[in-house]
Amino acid sequence: MQTSNLIIALLVMSALAYFFGYQRSQGFARQLGGVRNLHSLPTYYGMRVALWCGLPSVLLLFICLAFEETIISKMLLAGIPDEIRPSSVAEYNLLMNKIENLASGALSAEGVRPALLDAAAALGYLRDMSQRLLTGLALLVAGGGGLWGWWRMSAHLRARQQVEKIFKGFLLLCASLAIFTTLGILLSVIFESLRFFQQVPLSEFLFGLEWSPQTAIRADQVGGSGSFGAVPLFLGTMLISFIAMTVAVPAGLMSAIYLAEYAGSKVRGFVKPTLEILAGVPTVVYGYFAALTVAPLIRETGTSFGLSVTSESALAAGLVMGIMIIPFISSLADDVINAVPQTMRDGSLALGATHSETIKQVIIPAALPGIVGGVLLAVSRAIGETMIVVMAAGLAANLTVNPLDTVTTVTVQIVTLLVGDQEFDSAKTLSAFALGLMLFMVTLGLNFIALRVVKKYREQYE
Amino acid sequence: MNKPSNASTERIRKTLAKRYRAEKRFRLYGVMAILFGLLCVATLFVDIIGKGHGAFRQTYIQISVDYEADILGIVDIDDAQQLALANFAGVVKKSLRTRFTDVSGRKEKRQLYRLVSNSAEYALSDRLKADHDLLGQAEKIWVLADDDIDTYFKSLNSSDGPFVGRTNEKQQGWVQSLMDAGQIELRFNSNFFTSGDSREPEQAGIGGAIVGSLFTLFITLALSFPIGVAAAVYLEEFAPKNRWTDFIEVNINNLAAVPSIIFGLLGLAIFINFFHVPRSVPIIGGLVLAVMTLPTIIISSRAAIKAVPPSIREAGIGIGASPVQVVMHHVLPLALPGMLTGTIIGMAQALGETAPLLMIGMVAFIVDVPGGFTDPATVLPVQIFLWADSPERAFVEKTSAAIMVLLAFLITMNTFAVILRKRLERRW
Repeated sequence: MQTSNLIIALLVMSALAYFFGYQRSQGFARQLGGVRNLHSLPTYYGMRVALWCGLPSVLLLFICLAFEETIISKMLLAGIPDEIRPSSVAEYNLLMNKIENLASGALSAEGVRPALLDAAAALGYLRDMSQRLLTGLALLVAGGGGLWGWWRMSAHLRARQQVEKIFKGFLLLCASLAIFTTLGILLSVIFESLRFFQQVPLSEFLFGLEWSPQTAIRADQVGGSGSFGAVPLFLGTMLISFIAMTVAVPAGLMSAIYLAEYAGSKVRGFVKPTLEILAGVPTVVYGYFAALTVAPLIRETGTSFGLSVTSESALAAGLVMGIMIIPFISSLADDVINAVPQTMRDGSLALGATHSETIKQVIIPAALPGIVGGVLLAVSRAIGETMIVVMAAGLAANLTVNPLDTVTTVTVQIVTLLVGDQEFDSAKTLSAFALGLMLFMVTLGLNFIALRVVKKYREQYE
Repeated sequence: MNKPSNASTERIRKTLAKRYRAEKRFRLYGVMAILFGLLCVATLFVDIIGKGHGAFRQTYIQISVDYEADILGIVDIDDAQQLALANFAGVVKKSLRTRFTDVSGRKEKRQLYRLVSNSAEYALSDRLKADHDLLGQAEKIWVLADDDIDTYFKSLNSSDGPFVGRTNEKQQGWVQSLMDAGQIELRFNSNFFTSGDSREPEQAGIGGAIVGSLFTLFITLALSFPIGVAAAVYLEEFAPKNRWTDFIEVNINNLAAVPSIIFGLLGLAIFINFFHVPRSVPIIGGLVLAVMTLPTIIISSRAAIKAVPPSIREAGIGIGASPVQVVMHHVLPLALPGMLTGTIIGMAQALGETAPLLMIGMVAFIVDVPGGFTDPATVLPVQIFLWADSPERAFVEKTSAAIMVLLAFLITMNTFAVILRKRLERRW
């Protein structure tokens, strides 16, 4: 049976198990004179039997499916003669692909080594066998579990407690998924990064001034030896983020102050949602806007002033990124400004300060930790932003702080290195993971500090 | 009053004008900041609509074709093989040659043939397949114009003169002659919404990308909504106050702010390389986007659960319900509108996301409209990214139009979320 059909079959069996469990509990109830003499409601008895039927079998199914491919390929490899036994991961993948295509008929059998044909036949046989075995096992476990659950029923069985315990376990599992995700991210970047740092020393990566990841994948290929000094990337990232923040912080902060302190409810009701549209626009749209509208505009303006501006200037990408971040800063600042108690405003105004003096000398200092937290979050967004820089910033890793020049960023390099062919044993592909690790650490640190600052600040006025 | 107070009043009066000026200036900065923000919104939309509105209409050219059996090379019309291999391009070329008799030389002929899109032959083939009696007959049909002609024709009335691009004077003359005869016109471009990607701009559409987006979003929703709600319920209602719970909370908050590209790395290293999920299919895209949107959904669901007043829970417990029953029968239904709002916003975020999908192979050139969760697919934002990179001028228009469609989807979803919140929200 196919896996999808098998899952449907298991679901049907669970539904039947529910029905029988429900029926049986009703039977108990009739003997005892009403449902209230049962320990739990009949639905709980039904659910308990259904869980006995469904849960172990589905778990078994998923465990088997997760390991099926690995076991089959191990068994296949054992049967392959020594002379074509793969020596590297790449060769192994190639061989497996070939066998796969032979088995599915995508590759014609003509002129292929008989050993491979045997392997393809074996693959088909093994797949078939494992499918059958799995079907039988899963159905057996489902039936057995259901019967066991049904058999063990009695009027005093604490069915509700048992069902609720499993339910809570499921909830805990879902909540813990956040930890597994973080763990998965860490494992995926750290593992590949370690392999990268075996080839390229950490000090070269962190302090090297030249970045050109083009390496020869095969020994006989012409290509650079590759240099992996990431300083130009860090500098480019910081330059673009800096430009973005010089746009976003004043504009976002001032509009938040105006909206919170001066604007009437009508203006606020119109401006706030309109600015928030900017937050909902996908980044790919900003990238397109930066590359096709803003960059040519900046280049023309620059040329008319006699400046040489590249068509992929850091300024265009930074400017548009700043526009993207305006609503982010403005809504965070709005929140913290509104959280400043009204009594502080009233006190300052009563002493004769003008409105702007109150804002500058009382409200902003009081809200400063929150604002700083918001800006830090915004910086972490700017550093991690990908599409705008991929589309509007360049690929050339120049070591420069001239905003009219082309720079490249960490995220751009990750995308360029990982789109298309990947070679998981060359430093070129692995370097993307090292960059990812840096990016993750830096943004994680920024977020962590920012969230603490904001939280501390909130507690102050609550 | 006494003297020093008078002196300080005097001093205050002197500086007052200056202070009021500073006040005015400060207000002006605020207004300027807001105007800048609004200007950005306006520029963005005007720019994209200005560039993209043209793509919803497409230039068609009327040609009179003669389904001659000789040129087509069809002897037996009922032979599917012959019909499939028939030389429809020849028919189109002949019809163009008869329409414009002033063409000489191979170069000019090639230019002439380039007036119409190469999809014209498929259109003819479809016509003949549908109606076998057409063989040997002549008819007038409208076919797609080539993208260069399309761009030129649309820009004829524009304020800064026609965009010539790769068209030459001869071709422009032909277009003029077609216009005089009323044989060229703009029509609604339904093709744009139904067909998949193509190297030829005039045939390219976002149908495939929209379907891919739908499949991907379905997977994302099916995974992230139940898991997100379950996690939120646990954290709000059942979690004991211990280290593990605190750790979960810190993790969720941090994950919400992790750059999306990192989730692409996760997808590549864990899902593709470790669990061998196939590349480029909606399943892997949906998985990665689900992991990415999960924190958003958990955070908003928690807020919705928190908003349900404790009196509801106490009443439930008071009449003998178990904590799980209270949550399932009372708290969850009351919190559902808020959870749905958060989920829709999370889905809108997932719909607009591009960066992580580039890493898991959803950036491929895919012509066919995907038919299932395991067919290679691309999504709308990635399609925009691909087209934005294409050199043909006609793709600028297409890209902007695709952005308009994407924004329309996003605005609809967000508006729906706001309406849902307004209508179902309860004030306690």
